[in-house]
Amino acid sequence: MTRYIIRRLLQAIPLLFIISIVLFVLMKNVGDPIATLGGRTATRSEDRIRLRCQLGLDDPIYMQYVYWLVGNDWATPKDCDKDGKPERLGKLHGVLRGDFGRSLTVRKPVTEVIAEKLPNTLLLMIAAEIIIIIGALFVGIYSALHQYSFFDNVFSTLAFIGFSMPIFFIALFSMYIFGVMFKRWGLPYYFPVTGMYDPRVGPTVPQVLWHMVLPIFSIATISFAGYSRYIRSTMLEVMGQDYIRTAKSKGLPRRDIVMVHALKNASLPIVTVVGLDLPLLLGGAVVTESIFAWPGMGSLFLYHVGKGDVAVVMGILMLIAVAVVVFQLITDITYAWLDPRIHYE
Amino acid sequence: MEDALNRPVALPRTAADEIAPPLSPANLAWRRFRRHRMALVGCVLLISLILYAIGGSFVFTEAEANHNDTKIILRAPSAEHPFGTDDIGRDILARTIYGGQISLLIGLAAVLVETLIGVAIGALAGYFGGFIDSILMRVTEAILCIPQIFLLIVMSKFFAGDIPDVRMFGRTFSGSVVVIILIIGLTSWPYLARIVRAEFLSIKENEFILAAHATGTPTHEIIIRHILPNTVAPIIVSATLGVAGAILAEAYISFLGLGVQAPTATWGNMIEASRHYIGTSHEGAYWLWLFPGLLIVLTVLSINFVGDGLRDAIDPRSRAV
Repeated sequence: MTRYIIRRLLQAIPLLFIISIVLFVLMKNVGDPIATLGGRTATRSEDRIRLRCQLGLDDPIYMQYVYWLVGNDWATPKDCDKDGKPERLGKLHGVLRGDFGRSLTVRKPVTEVIAEKLPNTLLLMIAAEIIIIIGALFVGIYSALHQYSFFDNVFSTLAFIGFSMPIFFIALFSMYIFGVMFKRWGLPYYFPVTGMYDPRVGPTVPQVLWHMVLPIFSIATISFAGYSRYIRSTMLEVMGQDYIRTAKSKGLPRRDIVMVHALKNASLPIVTVVGLDLPLLLGGAVVTESIFAWPGMGSLFLYHVGKGDVAVVMGILMLIAVAVVVFQLITDITYAWLDPRIHYE
Repeated sequence: MEDALNRPVALPRTAADEIAPPLSPANLAWRRFRRHRMALVGCVLLISLILYAIGGSFVFTEAEANHNDTKIILRAPSAEHPFGTDDIGRDILARTIYGGQISLLIGLAAVLVETLIGVAIGALAGYFGGFIDSILMRVTEAILCIPQIFLLIVMSKFFAGDIPDVRMFGRTFSGSVVVIILIIGLTSWPYLARIVRAEFLSIKENEFILAAHATGTPTHEIIIRHILPNTVAPIIVSATLGVAGAILAEAYISFLGLGVQAPTATWGNMIEASRHYIGTSHEGAYWLWLFPGLLIVLTVLSINFVGDGLRDAIDPRSRAV
């Protein structure tokens, strides 16, 4: 097992290199970050050239990648202000030494920028994920036990619709019902449609919870569909197995059969699906966060892509990529641990 | 007497012989598909949506769809404008028709790109194995590691810029349509490549492939004429469901303002402006997002139904989730 884990981790290294190179090349061409830096004061073209030089944007792209990867504190200093004296050494330590660089737009270390927003996204997404899993378990198991019953058909139809719906449709729909119609009907407590808390009240627990309702409702409606269908089909498969028939003919109570014999075995594929989905929570739902103005990783990503801020965007994407790789491994190990028939050589 | 014995006995032809010729695989597939009631509903729905998008252009010209009249900004649905007007006074009904053409075109064309790349990579990796396989599969995994929406955003920024307009099918539309088709195709092939690779791995072990090798069939012919036709079922199913995915992807990226650029309408970019008007005095301007949104949902839903029915009909081994 240890050998398997080590081999998987070694395999992940070239994978992460490929991802980082492709993304870096893409990101380096999305726009001129200097052009978005100007602000109110128009930059002169010689300032622009000096800035490009100081920020290392005039280096060839492979050198920029190398600097991003291993830092530039060892490189020969350049003479950017043309005064005949080379500037001091670069300050980057590089990703491999744990330094993701500094954001060009907010002038803070990337790790700090991400650390500010990450908890917001995790708060929203983990709450949503818990609700989705619990709800999908109930609906999926119920539908499997009462196949083709009225509720099963209703839930199947709803799941198909939810599966086919873009998340912004349900988000706009819920904003309209709860934010607009509730107000018009004179209902006192309409749900807030944007932000994370009322700035007059501050980030108190009830405020944040109140603002989480609509985003979570939207995320849950979409993801719920896939999960509940998956749980339904796994449960159906397990319920047709011989050992379930044996348990039934032994006269075991139905609750024991479902909860102990069936669910335990059905949970294996469910663990896989959930395990592979968990790292994606990091990215947050880009679209949901942007609609509800939730200050999380998704909005952060959109903002910095728009500014051409390579360091932050690379930080976010590499964080997701590493999480995906790690969670794939964790899922495989959990799977082998739950199912003794599986051996990794 | 002997003649009578040697004469072939004329068996009475029964009605059953006439009406029951052996069923071809296509017939069998159609039988299974027909049994899938939701797939038939999906077919009918999909055909009517296509008729809506194509037939509608005989009622409205594209100029009418792009004509804006600032006197009638954000009007609620009425007899004159059944779906209302948008934030610069364009008729939403006419725009859903022309937007629908683009959304459907993007869905189909992106899947074409996806299928070409996915099949080529899956086939090469599965057939040759070894070094080629591990390189191609690393790339596939690399793309799967980043959620598609992030890749779409980065790539649409990458390709953004001055793209000339395109003339096709008698319409002139923004060149960003071609860009969106390409980037959706470029980001969605890994799943298909994995399916095709798995099929190739199992089929190439069959005896008829050995026979083909023995008779000196060239490699490209073995791949294209002997193995590929056997993998067609999962490819068709995956491509059908892929159209739904591509239409959704276009809607997402256009909704974020990074997709198809105005004045060319798509169902996705029509919704882009709507979130700014929710909660304004114009009754929340629900018609801005409701009609294009419903069309997206109906299209994707019907394609998913058809894809599900197709899976049961032609690829019964695979299991619907």
